[in-house]
Amino acid sequence: MTLISKDLLGLKELSAEEINEILHTAEMMKLVLSSGNKKTSHLQGKSVITLFYENSTRTRLSFELASKYMGSASANISASGSSVNKGESLLDTARTIDMMATDVLIMRHSQSGAPHFIAPYLKASVVNAGDGMNEHPTQALLDMYTLKEKFGKLEGLKVAICGDIYHSRVARSNAIGLSKLGAEVFLYGPSTMIPMGIDKMGCKVASSLAEAVEGADAVMGLRVQLERQKKSLFPSIAEYAKFYSISPEILSLAKKDAVVLHPGPCNHGVELSTMVYDSPQSLINEQVTNGVAVRMAVLYMLMIRRNLQ
Amino acid sequence: MKIQIKNARIMGCGEPSDFFIEDGLISKPFTSKPDIIYDVSGAALLPGLIDAHCHLRDPGFEYKEDIISGTRSAAKGGFTSVCCMPNTNPVCDNASVVSGILAKSKARGYANVFPIGAASKGLKGEELAEIGLMKEAGIVAVSDDGKPIALASQMRKVMEYSHDFNLPVLNHCEDPSLGDGAMNEGEISTQMGLGGIPTLSENIMISRDLLIAEYLNLPVHICHVSNKVGIQLIREAKARGIKVTTETCPHYFVLNETSCLGFDTNAKMNPPLRKEEDRLAVIEGLRDGTIDIIVTDHAPHHVDDKNIEFSLAANGIVGFETAFSLGYTYLVRTGIMDLDQLIRCMSALPSKILSLGRGTLKIGAPADISCFDLETPYTFDKNSMMSKSRNTPYDGYTLYGKCKLTITGGKTTYEELC
Repeated sequence: MTLISKDLLGLKELSAEEINEILHTAEMMKLVLSSGNKKTSHLQGKSVITLFYENSTRTRLSFELASKYMGSASANISASGSSVNKGESLLDTARTIDMMATDVLIMRHSQSGAPHFIAPYLKASVVNAGDGMNEHPTQALLDMYTLKEKFGKLEGLKVAICGDIYHSRVARSNAIGLSKLGAEVFLYGPSTMIPMGIDKMGCKVASSLAEAVEGADAVMGLRVQLERQKKSLFPSIAEYAKFYSISPEILSLAKKDAVVLHPGPCNHGVELSTMVYDSPQSLINEQVTNGVAVRMAVLYMLMIRRNLQ
Repeated sequence: MKIQIKNARIMGCGEPSDFFIEDGLISKPFTSKPDIIYDVSGAALLPGLIDAHCHLRDPGFEYKEDIISGTRSAAKGGFTSVCCMPNTNPVCDNASVVSGILAKSKARGYANVFPIGAASKGLKGEELAEIGLMKEAGIVAVSDDGKPIALASQMRKVMEYSHDFNLPVLNHCEDPSLGDGAMNEGEISTQMGLGGIPTLSENIMISRDLLIAEYLNLPVHICHVSNKVGIQLIREAKARGIKVTTETCPHYFVLNETSCLGFDTNAKMNPPLRKEEDRLAVIEGLRDGTIDIIVTDHAPHHVDDKNIEFSLAANGIVGFETAFSLGYTYLVRTGIMDLDQLIRCMSALPSKILSLGRGTLKIGAPADISCFDLETPYTFDKNSMMSKSRNTPYDGYTLYGKCKLTITGGKTTYEELC
């Protein structure tokens, strides 16, 4: 099957079948990644541009490597150092990139809905690499891939997502994606960081960290987004760490073979203790590798969709 | 100058008859030859609509709208009088800006323009504006609309001082400490990852203003009420004898927050579109009279201010050219209210609240009238608008109640009779 839309804007927009197909394709891509010759020709003669209005290490690099491993011409633009600093609008910037025969535009932006806004104006496929507090679809896809690789399926898994849910596009995309594939998602964080109505997105809001983690197959910590704290939603880092951190004791409430995920970058000792980060249960480093495979799969599927047109 | 309007159904009922205007006033039937004859073919002839809350953007934001384009748009929607909010540049917080607006509208406008003066200098909510001098220049009310009067002490002063000049105070109710989001707070804002504006932010300030009004025994007018609890607060306050009046806009009884899905900036306004239960409560508030009047909050914005990222986009939509049709289509045709009640909400009562002395078809009154075809459905086309701006969510809507003729003070300001 192919993707229905030319763009990947979010997991809200994808069906369970499409998500499964991406995860399935990523298995093949992971084989490519682990082979000696990390080169395919799926994107040969194509161009992939990353446009990042916000900082990034792993998302941006994994998209860039994914496109290069698959043979595309690729380039990066960031807000600083581009005409964005001269006041060029998002739409003009996106159209300019589009007019250079770009096939895929991968964008990260601080405003929710920014990729949805530009996508209809562009011939290029738009991939959302994180928009404001809305979605980060490829992160959730790689999280789901990591869990599927470990457990063989997602259906019936209990996944606890803990921390700053309010600001987290990762939490939103995971809540949507995991529940579409039949996993049970529990959210927990300080009440000031639980957005109203999140329980209507197919997940449950736990009333304690213990309740969220107890019997879980996977525990995901979320970064406390210090740069997004316009107003203080908790009194201090020390207090947050004491009451909301995933410690070895908390993790021991989960199933014996439970795994730990974190989208990174991690504030060690704040949302996750270093012991947990480094524990054998942690798949945090594996997530990074899977991120490349999943992004290769996304680019591959978008290209098939484009070639059909 | 004599005008005879033939085949008009006066107030929308009865058999078609003729209506007479002489020298700018509604007149008794005359037998002498009129200068102009209009045949409106059975259209409803109503008192000219009065909008107690709009933004003409002039002076300062003429790229969005100006007094001429704004009043032409108003006339096309059947409005004969509009009250414009003071958030212009410079702010309408002194007599000279008031005089400028009045001079331009009298010379070149297509509707009676009644300026609303700022309650505070520069809309900053700190010091009283020159309310008395602005009253002499012609304001009909005071408001810091667009911004709330954040400090309770300032709101008290504004109400006390404005009362000395018999000016109503219109407050945009929003506690700024609770309301810095981009749409209604709830599951949709959470789903879309947008900051929310809770109904709590609106209702805390409504409650505060009701308490101040009760304490001082002075009137207050609550702008654009949008939600169920806010309406209930006002309903209870009226029952308690508090001198409160309130308004809502067509978008609060036609649309709900789901219009924001897909990040459509033409669904972005403040107060934001609320939940369906709030929309139904607005309809009930209009039906039982808790909500006194319907205003447009006509808020023209250039495409450059709207066709951008949702959270950064300007708030508001244009409203003159759809307000009556939306009221007629969604309130009268659905049987929620009769035509008389809609006309009261859009003409007689706004006139009463702002003491404009209009909104009537009595002989001798200023000849402000508009005629609407109530029978023929039409498709609303945003490109047909007289406004400079195109920020409307109603493009393509099938509506009833198209304006065919507007006469303001005996002067034809809009006509589309074939």
